[in-house]
Amino acid sequence: MDFLLIALIPLLPLVAAGLTALLKREQKALSATLVIGAQTVACVLSLWALLLAMCADNGEPGLIHEFVNFPWLTFGHETLKLGLLVDPLSGVMGAMVAFVALLIFIYSHGYMKEDRNYTRFYTFLGLFSGAMLGVVYSNSLLLTFVCWELVGLASYLLIGFWFFKPSAAAAAKKAFLTTRVGDMGLMIGMFWLYKAAGTLLFYDNGAGCLEQAALATMAKTLVGGLALSNIIALLIFCGAAGKSGQFPLHVWLPDAMEGPTPVSALIHAATMVAAGVYLVARVFPIFAATGTHSISLIVVASVGAFTALFAALIAVAQNDIKRILAYSTVSQLGFMMLAAGVGHPGVAMLHLIAHAFFKALLFMGAGSVIHGVHDEQDIREMGGLRRFMPVTFVTYSIGMLALAGFPVLFSGFWSKDAILHAAHLWPVSQLPFYMATAAAFLTAFYMTRQMAYVFFGQYRGHAHPHESPAVMTLPLVILAAAAILMSLPATPAWPAFEEFLKGEAAHFSLEGLTEPGFLQIALTSTAIVFLGIGLGWLIYGRKPLGAVDPIQTAAAPAFRALANRLYIDEIYDATVIRALHGFGSLAAWIDRQILAGIVSAVAALSFFVSAVSNGIDRFVINFGFDNSCNALREYGGAAASCEGGRVQGYLRLIALGTVILLAVIGWLLV
Amino acid sequence: MLQILLAISAVLFCFGLLATLTRRNAILVLIGIELMLGAGNLNFIAFWKFSANPEALTGVMFAIFSIAIAAAEAAVGLAIVIQVHRRLHSVDVNQATQLKG
Repeated sequence: MDFLLIALIPLLPLVAAGLTALLKREQKALSATLVIGAQTVACVLSLWALLLAMCADNGEPGLIHEFVNFPWLTFGHETLKLGLLVDPLSGVMGAMVAFVALLIFIYSHGYMKEDRNYTRFYTFLGLFSGAMLGVVYSNSLLLTFVCWELVGLASYLLIGFWFFKPSAAAAAKKAFLTTRVGDMGLMIGMFWLYKAAGTLLFYDNGAGCLEQAALATMAKTLVGGLALSNIIALLIFCGAAGKSGQFPLHVWLPDAMEGPTPVSALIHAATMVAAGVYLVARVFPIFAATGTHSISLIVVASVGAFTALFAALIAVAQNDIKRILAYSTVSQLGFMMLAAGVGHPGVAMLHLIAHAFFKALLFMGAGSVIHGVHDEQDIREMGGLRRFMPVTFVTYSIGMLALAGFPVLFSGFWSKDAILHAAHLWPVSQLPFYMATAAAFLTAFYMTRQMAYVFFGQYRGHAHPHESPAVMTLPLVILAAAAILMSLPATPAWPAFEEFLKGEAAHFSLEGLTEPGFLQIALTSTAIVFLGIGLGWLIYGRKPLGAVDPIQTAAAPAFRALANRLYIDEIYDATVIRALHGFGSLAAWIDRQILAGIVSAVAALSFFVSAVSNGIDRFVINFGFDNSCNALREYGGAAASCEGGRVQGYLRLIALGTVILLAVIGWLLV
Repeated sequence: MLQILLAISAVLFCFGLLATLTRRNAILVLIGIELMLGAGNLNFIAFWKFSANPEALTGVMFAIFSIAIAAAEAAVGLAIVIQVHRRLHSVDVNQATQLKG
């Protein structure tokens, strides 16, 4: 396998980003061409990598891992190695990332056309995509971490792209700092993993940290009653939770809406948040080193289920079109984490891919709506847009139905059912299953609410809504098709996707549909979805909507709490931030009262020393020095009088000197 | 023969030096310098011609170098003279005394 081409996948967008960084602000067309071109090639290469992963035939059951490792740093006897990896997981993920990112890049051309910093935007997009593809194809936790941080940097730059808005600057900072909290855990986990396994390579012909030998050692080593593998897995999960917006580190994700809408689509669908789920799926062997009911997986499942329900609840009471989607992303990421936690990373990846398509579709649709109603984001100021924006309406509806899990036709239905099914079969507890079911109901409900507010009824705003240009609607159509087509390899009748991730061939059989438990789940979730949509329509669809939400009139305190995002930000303000502030004040007090005293004492001492030294200087050293200087000056004055400025006078002296010199030499020689 | 040449060269040098020391006109001072350089070149050629190994063109090479340098020096010198004239409206070297210490 030619790994040079694999290396090109992340490198091309990075190089294009570097080149566009050198361009002038006016060279819009060139910058877009460079980045989109590089991304197109990367997309083709990633599809080729997916094909390789599909066709790699090793003749035996089990996963295919094609990798190449190379040394990066050598110090002493230790060599840190980096590597690239192509297996079904990275193949699928890479193709999705490259493809969705490409569509978003094209869409951005329409959305950002008027922006002054258009070229800079494309630079950051290229950086983002390159870093994310680096995470995907890395065969070393170290390389993953480096690219992971680059993703964080790019997201910071993009969320804060409109840095002149204070809210955007604050959101960028918040995203950066919040994910940093999780990354701290990831870094410690990485160090610990290096100590325990002696390598950070995932696969290395039996010596990698995800392979049997290292896993067995880590599972056997106990630290404080926990298997080391579980501790490391939990530390890595900290990083994943930060990036993927899991409770309690989800706070940055909704604020990240301050960035331009293509960035929201990129962060929420293709790149940033998917990185966390991908990382969990990638290092799943560490999580499962002590069995599929290990403590680390229980934590992952609990956090995931809780996040799914919690974020879905908040989404019900939001009025910003993008914020609703943001909370739905948090909720769906919770679903993915739940799937991974109950021991099915393949299902998590299935939902991730399906979600990437329809969430990118929804965000770009929302961008199209925002663009169409002239930068209005409040859904109360919209309404009736289906008459003005037919393409956006149809594609958005497809995305909404996929997200809500509308039966049979849409990918979201199958992937969500797979998760519910997996959660139902989890022997540890049924609670996550019920929470996920409730979250599924809420998802259908709040998406219906949003649709009713945005596309149905009468237009309530004051602008002149219009359909977006083709460069923006075309990616919507493509993604809508993908949201439907992704349902094909996702059904239990032909579970091509999951089997592919496991490295097995999929067989078509309708028995998958009638498998005990599945039909029951599917019918339940269908009922739940219809209930959610029906209830949503009942409340929001039938009557004209005013400024006050119908739920708000019915249950004001609950609605207020949800609208305020359950006060999580306020709680953080009151606890973490206030604690930090208090600690800062304490440190300032210590600084001022104690350290400053010491510093003052030292300063007084040096004052004394310098006074003594000054006396010595003035009366001992300067005295002699001044005298010799004066003498020098007198002699200098005498010598200067020879220099009258007349060139010929000098020459006369030179001639005289030469004659004297010659005479002396002659006298000496004779 | 060598002695005659050296004597001519010495006389030439003395004339040059005299001109340089006594003339007030900067152009003439430059001419004097050129005379001294010519005397030096003559010495090069004379010593080379009567050296043990006149096949090697050492003296000629030296002379050519020194002529080239003299040309450069004359150019710089004339440029200075022109600048001095611009500033002082005269080429009297005794008036150009601003650089005194």
